[in-house]
Amino acid sequence: MELSRREFAKLTGAGLFVFFQEPERIPRRVATASDFNAFLKIGEDGRVQCLVGKVELGQGAMTSLAQVLAEELDVAFDSVDVVMGDTDLCPYDMGTFGSMTTPLLVPVVRRAGAEARAVLLAMAAERLGVPVERLRVKNGVVADSTGAGASLSYGRLVEGKRIERHLANIRVKPVTEFQVIGRSPRRKDALDKVTGKARYAADQLPAGLLHARLLRPPAHGARCRSVDTSAAEQVPGVRVVKDGDLVAVLHERPDVAAAALAKVKAEFNSQPEVPDEKTIFDHLLKIAPQPRVVAESGNLAEGERLSSGIVEQTYLHGYGAHATIETHSATAVVEDGRLTVWASTQAPFMVKEQVARGAGFSADKVRVISRYVGGGFGGKTEAGQAVEAARLAKITGRPVQVVWNRREEFFYDHFRPAAVIRIRAGTTAAGKIALWDAQIIGAGDREGRPFYAIPHQRIAAAGGWMGGNPPGMHPFEVGPWRAPSVNSNTFSRESHIDVLAAKGGFDPLEFRLNNLTDARMRRVLESAAKQFGWKAAKAPSGRGVGVACGIYSNSCNATMAEVAVHKDGRVQVKRVVIALDVGVVLNPDGLRQQAEGAVMMGMGYALSEEVRFRGGKVLTENFDDYQISRFSSLPEIEVVLADNPQTNALGGGEPPIIAMGAALANAVYDATGKRLLELPMTQERVKAALG
Amino acid sequence: MERTVSFRLNGKAASVTADDERMLLWVLRSDLGLTGTKFGCGEGLCGACTVVVEGVALRSCVTPLKDVAGKHVLTIEGLGGEGLHAIQQAFRDHHAFQCGYCTPGMILTAYAFLQKTPRPTRDQIIAAMDDNLCRCGSHTRIVTAIQQAALAGKAGA
Repeated sequence: MELSRREFAKLTGAGLFVFFQEPERIPRRVATASDFNAFLKIGEDGRVQCLVGKVELGQGAMTSLAQVLAEELDVAFDSVDVVMGDTDLCPYDMGTFGSMTTPLLVPVVRRAGAEARAVLLAMAAERLGVPVERLRVKNGVVADSTGAGASLSYGRLVEGKRIERHLANIRVKPVTEFQVIGRSPRRKDALDKVTGKARYAADQLPAGLLHARLLRPPAHGARCRSVDTSAAEQVPGVRVVKDGDLVAVLHERPDVAAAALAKVKAEFNSQPEVPDEKTIFDHLLKIAPQPRVVAESGNLAEGERLSSGIVEQTYLHGYGAHATIETHSATAVVEDGRLTVWASTQAPFMVKEQVARGAGFSADKVRVISRYVGGGFGGKTEAGQAVEAARLAKITGRPVQVVWNRREEFFYDHFRPAAVIRIRAGTTAAGKIALWDAQIIGAGDREGRPFYAIPHQRIAAAGGWMGGNPPGMHPFEVGPWRAPSVNSNTFSRESHIDVLAAKGGFDPLEFRLNNLTDARMRRVLESAAKQFGWKAAKAPSGRGVGVACGIYSNSCNATMAEVAVHKDGRVQVKRVVIALDVGVVLNPDGLRQQAEGAVMMGMGYALSEEVRFRGGKVLTENFDDYQISRFSSLPEIEVVLADNPQTNALGGGEPPIIAMGAALANAVYDATGKRLLELPMTQERVKAALG
Repeated sequence: MERTVSFRLNGKAASVTADDERMLLWVLRSDLGLTGTKFGCGEGLCGACTVVVEGVALRSCVTPLKDVAGKHVLTIEGLGGEGLHAIQQAFRDHHAFQCGYCTPGMILTAYAFLQKTPRPTRDQIIAAMDDNLCRCGSHTRIVTAIQQAALAGKAGA
C-alpha cells in the first residue's frame, strides 16, 4: 500500500506522530500483514512463536505481546516465544516509538490469536467429530467439554504446518474474560539479561570480523580538507578504507583500530558561526519561521476582557541527549550477495531501506536484526552506524562491526530540540482561566493545546523535532526524545498554571480541578492527591511540594513531587507520586517499571541533563559532563494505576515522563518562592535564583 | 609490550598473547568472545564494563591486561554455578532491569559489594552502586534486589 504523508498521518491517529523529515523517508507500507500466520507459528511440540517487527528496548513489549497472544490463543504464557525485530522473520513494522505497540499492534496480535484459535477449534471439531460449540481449550489442548471423547493439542492439530484456513467475524475476548492480560508474569527477557546471554548488536562476532573506527569531523559543519593515513597503515593488521566521505581504520581488535585511527592526520576547514548554549534561545526566536496557529477557539480580546489578572512568561528548555548506555552499534555481514546487519535500532524495517540505499543493495537482499537494544528513547530511529558497517563490509569483503564511542554518540545524537515557549494567560476573579495565548518555538506542537476548559485560546507553533526547521536553526540534528514535544509543552503549561494559581491565591491542585472538565484527568489528579496526601495551601508554602499533569496520546498523568532545595542550589527530590490512566493495563508491573524509570529520566531532564556546545562542537562528550540520574538521586517512587476498563489499552512508555519537569519546577517554587523558567534547573541556575 | 599474560578467568586458566597495555574489556570481548561485559563510555564512568578481579569490582575499560596477570577475573558468564547466583535470581525476581545493557555490570558491582558487606543498609547499597549508571531508571528495583540477595544470605557464596 502506497501512502501519502497525509494518509499516513491519518492512519497513525490523532496524537500519534510522524517524524520523517523528508518525503522519501515515509514508510511505504503502514498496514501490517493481514494473515494471522505472519504473527504466529505453532510448533509440533506445541510451543508458539509470536513474530512481531517491534523491538525490545527494555520497555517490556516481548512480555506484553506474549501475554496478549497467549490470552487469545488460550495457550500457556510460558509456551510462547517472541521473535522480534528481524526483517526476514517478522511481518513489517514501521518502528518502535510513540508508545504505539500497545494501541496499534496489540489489537492486531489479539485478532491474529483469536482467528487462529477459532480455526484450530474448527479443525479439532472435524477431527474429533464433536460440534465446535462443545469444545473448550485450555493451555493449547482442545477437549470435549462434556468430558467424553479424546482431546487434541494445537501441536498435533497443526503438525508444524502453516494453517491455511481463515475465518471472518472474529471475536476477541472482552476485558472480563482476561486471564493472562492484566497480570504481571516474569519478563521473557529476564534470564537472558541477568546471565549476560542477551546479545546486542555489538555482541555478534562472526568469523573474520573487523572492527572499524571512523574519522570524524571536530565540529558540525566542518569539512575534511586533507587526510593522511600513512602512519595508521603502518600498524600491523590494520586496513584503511577511503570511500568518498568515509575514512575508516579497521582491525580485528577494536582497541587496536581505535589506536590506529589516532595516527590519522586530517585537516578540516573552519567552522561556520553557530550559536552556543547561552545564545541558542535568542537565535531560535530570530531564525524560526512565522508561528502557525495550530489550535484556536473563542476570541482572545474577549478573554482579555474577562481576565482580572493576566500574566505573560517565557519558558526555556535546552537540548537533551538520549544517552542510552549502549551506543549505536552494528555488525554487518555480506554473504552470497546478501547483506545481514545486526543493528541497535528501534526501526529495523526503516533501517533495512536506509542500509539498502546507503550501501547499494536492493532491499530484498538486506536483512536487519534488532533483537535486544540497550535503550532507545527515540534516539535509535536513525542508524547511520548500520550504513557505515554495511558499506565497509561490502568494500572489505569481511564482516565489519561499527560501535560508536561515547563522544560519537553525543556528537551524532539527534537531540531533543531546544525550545522557547511564551504563554500569556489570564483568569477571572473566580479563578477560571479565561485566556490562553501560547507560542511554541522549537518544541513541536504535540499536546500543546491545554486540556483545561479555557474559552478563549490560541496556540501557535514553529519548528520541532519532526521538522519545519529552517537551515541553521539548530547547530546539529534534532529528533524525537521520549514523549517528543510533550515534556517541553507540559513544563511550560503546568508551570504557567501554577503561576496563575499563585497570582489568584489558589491551591495549585484546587485551581487545576476548578478548570478541568475532563473526567479521566480529574480522576488521576484526585488519585495522585490521595496517595501523596496533598494538603491544600497557596504556594509558596515552604513545604516544597508540586503538582503537574498532562496528556500524551490519550493517556492521562498526574505527578506530585516533594523536594528539598539546599542553599547551594542543589535540588533533592524526596518523593514522587505518579497516577496514570492508560486505559486497560496489559501488565501492571511492566507499567510500574515504565513509570519508575520515567521518574529517574524525568529528574534528569528537569534538573541536570544539559548539552554544551560552541562553534558546531558538542562539548558534552561523556557521562562526566552529562549528568543522568544516579542511585544517590533516587526518591521514593509511588505509582498509582487507574482501573479503567472502558478505554482501550494505551501505550505506557512515554506518558509517565511528561509532567516531571513542571512538577519539580512547581515544587522548587513552593519551597523557595523562586520560579525557575528554564530547564534543566541545574544547581547553578537554582543558586542564582536563590540570590 | 606484547607478551603472554596468564590469569584465572571464571575459575579456569586463561592466557592471552597481546600488548599488555590493552584494556581488559577489549581482550574479554574480542579476543575471548565474552560479550556479557559491555562497552558504555570507555572512561570508567558508567560501570557497564564492570568485572570482579580478586573480589574487587573494576572497570575493565580502564584496566590494562597487565594488571590482571596471575589474578582471578570474574565476568557475568562465570557467576553462578548450575543455576543462578542469588543476586541474579533477585534481579530476575524483581525485574531489576529494563534494556538489560547495564545489568551485568550492576550484578557484578553488587556481588563484590556484598562479599565485603553481607548485611548492608539501604544507604550503603546506594553508595556502593552510585557510580553504575542505568538510563532506563531501574534503580529502585536494583536496590530492592540487592537487599533480597543479602537476605538470602548466599550473596558471598
